[in-house]
Amino acid sequence: MAARNPTDKTLGESLRERGVSRRGFLKFCAATASMMALPPSMAPAIAAALEQAKRPSVIWLSFQECTGCTESLTRSHAPTLEDLILDVISLDYHHTLQAAAGDAAEHAREQAMAANPGEYLVIVDGSIPGPDSNPGYSTVAGHSNYAMLMETVENAAAVIAVGTCATFGGLPGANPNPTGAMSVMDLVKDKPVINVSGCPPIPMVITGVIAHYLTFGRLPELDAYNRPMAFFGQSIHDRCYRRPFYDKGLFAKTFDDEGARLGWCLYELGCKGPTTYNACATMRWNDGTSWPVEAGHPCLGCSEPRFWDAGGFYNTVSVPTSASGVNVLAAGAAGAIVGGAVAALAKKQTKTAVAHRQPVTVEELEAKL
Amino acid sequence: MSLLDQIPVVIETGSAETEVDAQWHGNAEPVLHEVRHALARLVAKGETTKIDLKAMPFGPGDLERLLSVLGTGEVQASVDALGPTRVQETAIPGVWLVDYLNSEAHRLALHLEIATVPEILCPQPQDLDDAIAALDARLNPDKSDPPLAS
Repeated sequence: MAARNPTDKTLGESLRERGVSRRGFLKFCAATASMMALPPSMAPAIAAALEQAKRPSVIWLSFQECTGCTESLTRSHAPTLEDLILDVISLDYHHTLQAAAGDAAEHAREQAMAANPGEYLVIVDGSIPGPDSNPGYSTVAGHSNYAMLMETVENAAAVIAVGTCATFGGLPGANPNPTGAMSVMDLVKDKPVINVSGCPPIPMVITGVIAHYLTFGRLPELDAYNRPMAFFGQSIHDRCYRRPFYDKGLFAKTFDDEGARLGWCLYELGCKGPTTYNACATMRWNDGTSWPVEAGHPCLGCSEPRFWDAGGFYNTVSVPTSASGVNVLAAGAAGAIVGGAVAALAKKQTKTAVAHRQPVTVEELEAKL
Repeated sequence: MSLLDQIPVVIETGSAETEVDAQWHGNAEPVLHEVRHALARLVAKGETTKIDLKAMPFGPGDLERLLSVLGTGEVQASVDALGPTRVQETAIPGVWLVDYLNSEAHRLALHLEIATVPEILCPQPQDLDDAIAALDARLNPDKSDPPLAS
């Protein structure tokens, strides 16, 4: 994949060259609105913006990861990966997807950086051994992850951290964190960092964030964890189709009881939906086929910080409490406020707080909702 | 005796769930009421509304319940642009189901559109601007290059 100048053509020109009609373009924009979690009435505005949009150069860096995030992206259906690469972005560097190898691959990254200073996007999946760690823990082409990240973001427009490893440290950063794994936002302080968390993230959320940047020429509104509000603004619990059963007090007690068969709330089986912010409940997985809670499994909370260290997946939901013993739930009056309180804690006291997790009862949740 | 005991109270328990209840989760009703309000706006002000059904927190059976209440109307249409788009009028006049599929038949979006005619069926304004010139070119093929059957 050779570096291409993103100012060559507008997206509208590119699509028309491929024989896409204006009706087809309108349809593309309707799907894009859905992908960006925007109302369908936004489709004409999106069409007007995308008509003139230029393709940004994108450099994708993979560090301490399992390739699950790339696997997730390749299952994005709207637009298809081919459309995304050919029409929406200029993917100039990606270890797993590019045909080039060795020096040619590394030159592609350097060319993209040189050709688009201040304009290219950097996408990162995987955590990074910090500057104080042994640089040999994870390297690419002989360079430490840390060195490659800092060199690549120096002239970037923005950085999109994809997956819970890049956003919060993820599995490599779980206790005892032998490689000193850090998140992108721990290391990059002078560029906008957008976090698309999830293990892996929902594919259409990855492409939706890119499409938002392309459409509006700016970054989306972010929450306290730098996650796009459009996708992470509501809890799994608030958008769950099983919520009516929660409100009626109907809970599955085991995975095979009558309640489980009738689709009752999975809270008592360990569902972390009340403290997890993500779009699984509405966007679903595998082209909208289903999602974990619909498949009968509690939400693991994979898009939240340090979820690997948050106790057992099948224990009832718990939230971190501060070192001073202040109960987060007592400070919050609703799910969103609980999230905000947790976010504030995370800045300074995450490690201590997680070590003091406190279970939350149905009654406590009920009283605050 | 208090009049409170005259208020009918139904206690919901697991065993009280009927077979029908088990097939859907009650999330279609709010959307149907939203459609009701949208229809009122269409009648009063001519305002159209689109509802993205793919973004709804539907459980198994909810979409089927919604579509079953709306029913199937008289008009069907198909648009071939970036894959098929299927348009189906529901049994409620002015309420259309628009199913956007890509060339691999994967669903891109599923909308309920409350309008006299769904937007995807209307010619696009830019195409209308070019319409006379396009027809002139076909009426006078000697003066232009494009073939008649394009």
